[in-house]
Amino acid sequence: MSDCYATQGHDSLNQYILHLADNPLVLGQRLCELCTHAPILEEETALMNTSLDLFGQARNWLDYAVARNPQLGDCDALAMGRDERHFLNLLLCEQGNGNFADTMARQYLFDVWHRLTLQALCLSQDSQIAAIAAKSIKEVDYHEQRSRNWVIRLGDGTQQSHDYMQSAINELWSYSDELFVQGDDELQLVAQGIAANQSSIEVQWRATVSQTMAEATLTLPTDCFQKFGGKQGEHSEPFGLMLAEMQSLYRAHPGAVW
Amino acid sequence: MVEVQPLIFTDRGRQLDFHHATPTENQVWQLLELVPDPELPMVSVVDLGIVRSAELQPANSTQEQQWLVQVTPTYSGCPATDFIASEVHHTLKRAGVPNRVETVLAPAWCSSWMTPKGRTALKDAGIAPPLDDITTLACPQCDSRNVALLNQFGSTACKALYRCNNCLEPFDYFKTI
Repeated sequence: MSDCYATQGHDSLNQYILHLADNPLVLGQRLCELCTHAPILEEETALMNTSLDLFGQARNWLDYAVARNPQLGDCDALAMGRDERHFLNLLLCEQGNGNFADTMARQYLFDVWHRLTLQALCLSQDSQIAAIAAKSIKEVDYHEQRSRNWVIRLGDGTQQSHDYMQSAINELWSYSDELFVQGDDELQLVAQGIAANQSSIEVQWRATVSQTMAEATLTLPTDCFQKFGGKQGEHSEPFGLMLAEMQSLYRAHPGAVW
Repeated sequence: MVEVQPLIFTDRGRQLDFHHATPTENQVWQLLELVPDPELPMVSVVDLGIVRSAELQPANSTQEQQWLVQVTPTYSGCPATDFIASEVHHTLKRAGVPNRVETVLAPAWCSSWMTPKGRTALKDAGIAPPLDDITTLACPQCDSRNVALLNQFGSTACKALYRCNNCLEPFDYFKTI
């Protein structure tokens, strides 16, 4: 992993915690953009509840990063005060909402990875990481049930819904290999029993996703160009726009409270 | 049954006065039972299992004796978490009980920590309490088991939305986690 942010007081464990925080934070913000735009009322509350869970998880991780290094200020400063290059989330999480099939495909691919990673982190040698993971996983189980149902329902639905879901999977598959890339710093944390080992998670993720795709009558793309960089702070172009909106209030009124 | 008080209630905690005495642990729990959950005001934070412990910490060189109260959120993103911690703190403070409220994450909250009293209060308010076996879910209004899931994610993070096919009323179900 690049150390673009390490120079600002982050050791490798804090970088890892930021990565764990930024995934739910960024995906939560993407889901937020759908507020009042969901296709039906039930989906509106489901999308926003998922978003809320993810923000809560992000806050727990960011609070822990601050507890380990009080110089960082507080969780708001980390969420709202960092620039694009300092965000360490997976590229998958920042992809735009697209149509409803795009949103649910992104959610499902992430939810499976999220659950497997949190499952591994429940056994982390770092007790606070284990505590946050154990708390989060109960919520993520519900997220995955729902996103899986939608992938199957749309994939194995009408010809039109099938085509939408297939094209969503084809598009998002470019971000799948990045889920399992680990830099030297993270691998050291794996060796210490602190971070999750993504090579074993990759096997489970591919098996789980393949099974769901089969059930949904969808095919997995082969020979798909893979994109990387999110974990090193190199993001796709729309990410900056998303961040600008998310951070505008905080930056216009630093330190403002209710 | 704890009387339901308004959510913003500056006299909560004044029923008992410990300005010149140290309360017993039981008395501290009695005070804590006065604090309602802001989204489910028919149940107290104690009945929900949100308050994990209350422990008297002896005075030391840096601080006077005070009660350490540990609370845990139901869901990570529960917007009531900060409000509950603040209500707990101020209720005890008004009664003259010096205290510090600490939020803990482990062990993670689970719905089986809800007390029987809390479960009854939920059902009386038309919310089905959490179940180990979802197939036993019955309508809180008419007790029919002929119910259908409308949405796994209901009006708050902790609830799912169901419909009773017998009395045709929709109802909330407090999810098992």
